[in-house]
Amino acid sequence: MNREDFPLLSEEIIYFDNSATSLKPKCVIDKMNDYYLNYPANAHRGDYDLSYKVDKEYEETRELVRDFIHAEHLEEIVFTSGTTESLNMIADGFFKNLLEENDEVLITTSEHASNVLPWFRLVKTNSIKVNYIPLDSNYYVTVDNVKKAITPNTKVISLAGITNVIGDIRPIKEICKLAHEQNIFVVLDGAQMLPHMNVDVKDLDVDFLAFSAHKMCGPTGVGVLYGKKELLEHLEPITLGGGMNESFDNPLEVYLKELPTRLEAGTRNIAGVIGFGETIKYLNKIGMDKIHKYELDLRKYLIDKLIPLKHIDIINIESDSGIVTFNVANVFSQDVAYFLNKYNICVRAGNHCAKILKSSVGVNNTVRVSLYFYNTYEEIDNLVELLSDYDKIVKEMI
Amino acid sequence: MTEEESRDIIIENYLHPTNRNKTHEGYQSVNTKNESCIDNINLYIKWNEDKIEDIAFDGEACAVSISSTSIMIKNLIGKSAKEALDYINEFYQMTSGEEYNKDLLKDAVVYDAISKQGNRKVCANLPLKGMERAILEHLK
Repeated sequence: MNREDFPLLSEEIIYFDNSATSLKPKCVIDKMNDYYLNYPANAHRGDYDLSYKVDKEYEETRELVRDFIHAEHLEEIVFTSGTTESLNMIADGFFKNLLEENDEVLITTSEHASNVLPWFRLVKTNSIKVNYIPLDSNYYVTVDNVKKAITPNTKVISLAGITNVIGDIRPIKEICKLAHEQNIFVVLDGAQMLPHMNVDVKDLDVDFLAFSAHKMCGPTGVGVLYGKKELLEHLEPITLGGGMNESFDNPLEVYLKELPTRLEAGTRNIAGVIGFGETIKYLNKIGMDKIHKYELDLRKYLIDKLIPLKHIDIINIESDSGIVTFNVANVFSQDVAYFLNKYNICVRAGNHCAKILKSSVGVNNTVRVSLYFYNTYEEIDNLVELLSDYDKIVKEMI
Repeated sequence: MTEEESRDIIIENYLHPTNRNKTHEGYQSVNTKNESCIDNINLYIKWNEDKIEDIAFDGEACAVSISSTSIMIKNLIGKSAKEALDYINEFYQMTSGEEYNKDLLKDAVVYDAISKQGNRKVCANLPLKGMERAILEHLK
């Protein structure tokens, strides 16, 4: 649906790599161009009309994000460069000051590197432990397994809402309830979740949330860090500089601004943030529930067509998102991607930044098709027709 | 060589590569991988002074990398370190689109055309890069 909004889709190209990044609708690009062409001033700086307009548009995006994730306070929305920076700020700016030797952080083997490496660093600096919630036979996280993994030393549970290889939706609300009963913080990596479904931070009761604009039709280089206000107050800025300080006379007298400004040092990606506001308006107009349902229907159509193909090994037959991960018998995933590229079909091959998933799934590299609302049933027919012909794949993979 | 003949040689070497997963106790080992993709190969070399007596490999990589490893192994066994370095340089000449010695490269000429396809050049060069490093290490 809404294909006419995406200039690239008028070309002969089938884009199935939406978990890596999404296409951008023209209205978002126009909004950013409008900033660069007509009011390219800095934010929070000037007392003239152009700068005032920048402030207004920039802060309007904050309000749109607040409403989009149903947060209570505007100050709980911090603009970052993306999910990765947000998660690093959470680990380094908040938990580094809180966690002590032998405290435990629970993650899973299917987390993205951005939700693994910041915690690994705390193992080195704070002597904490990183433990793994076991995945079930479908590679899902169950509340029961979370219960079993919690120990008296568990202080944080940090999970992707939807994983980027398996595509399962985690029971975050139940996990938050369980965690909070035992004074455990919950961090939600929403990179693959926010683009595809409605997320309500108050209903889920997550303590922190990180996500990126570029996976949800927005610009690259923009993301969000959400934190409950009382927690965010204690998140120490990792980056210091212009815009975030109130005054400084000497090293002992440095005063910082209030939230969220003190966590947004330097000149931010203003065009990106303004473009992101337009993105949210665009997604709201379509409706997140409609997007989610359409993707599930599309996925089911693809899975039903792939299952009869004996040479296709599907890693995640069951999944509640638009991600389908598979391998073709005796063909390296990258060669499958090269083959499909010859027919202008874009898919991703590799480990999808979830390097430690190998220990659970037993497969290093896979082909991943990740769907979005602008994909169609006809595009899936094209893909399946090509994947059906094993001899053709082998003949044309180089 | 026609495009079809080249493809057949590549596929044959991909599906039945030389010395893959062969025992390699006491061999020199070197890892070679590409940052821009997911190819990852370990090479194992048995030396008799400066002569290459045997090469084995394991790892995961695309059809171009695996087949290029297989062909390289066949062509380098029995060569001296210097002869092997000459072979590797000729291979780089070919994949860079320069003049090269076809007789020296033998069936490795199948990568002449393929190396012009985007980042497939790095796939073809991958085992050669690892082998070059192993030889220079051996000569130290």
